[in-house]
Amino acid sequence: MTLLLDVVALFLLGNLLLALVRIWRGPDPADRMLASQLFGTTGVALLLVLAEAQGMPSLRDVALILALLSVLAIVAFVTRVVGIDRTEKDTSPDQDTRAHD
Amino acid sequence: MIEPAMLVLQIILMVTGCLFFGVGTLGLFRFSDTLCRIHALTKIDNLGLGFIVFALLPLAPSLLTGLKVVLIWLVALAASATSAHLVARSVRSGQTADIPEEHRND
Repeated sequence: MTLLLDVVALFLLGNLLLALVRIWRGPDPADRMLASQLFGTTGVALLLVLAEAQGMPSLRDVALILALLSVLAIVAFVTRVVGIDRTEKDTSPDQDTRAHD
Repeated sequence: MIEPAMLVLQIILMVTGCLFFGVGTLGLFRFSDTLCRIHALTKIDNLGLGFIVFALLPLAPSLLTGLKVVLIWLVALAASATSAHLVARSVRSGQTADIPEEHRND
């Protein structure tokens, strides 16, 4: 069973490396953020598998923290870099266009 | 300790989860559009992580630990739904400096 868990962990690690390539080449900043979100999810799965394979229960806590922090990265990107609330304030003073978003 | 049927079920679930991870990463590379990539990515978050979590459940040493793993999956679900909506809104608003007018997904 430990062999299977190790193989799964290796596969997830390979996935993480592929996501790095996506971050490197991504045409839009949104694509890079999506790849970093994949980083978060794959990291959670990897930590959960490693917690079973190596018998370290504290890795589950690390996985929980990683799942919580990855959404904060996305929120920081959307509000700071893209600025969706800034655009609503600047470009659409009337209420009708705002209702569509 | 683990019955063979449970072992087979675990192997099937883990292979399915890895399959979803691989296909989702492939989709993140092959899809042409940011919104399509969001689709592939949320499939990983929901199904890939879910299958791996359910494959790991029989290995959990206690009931509370298993419950905690399921809760981590639920947190990841909420995080992926929230961030997918936020990224999709940011793509639709097209306010990113690098997106030209014809590439906005309105």
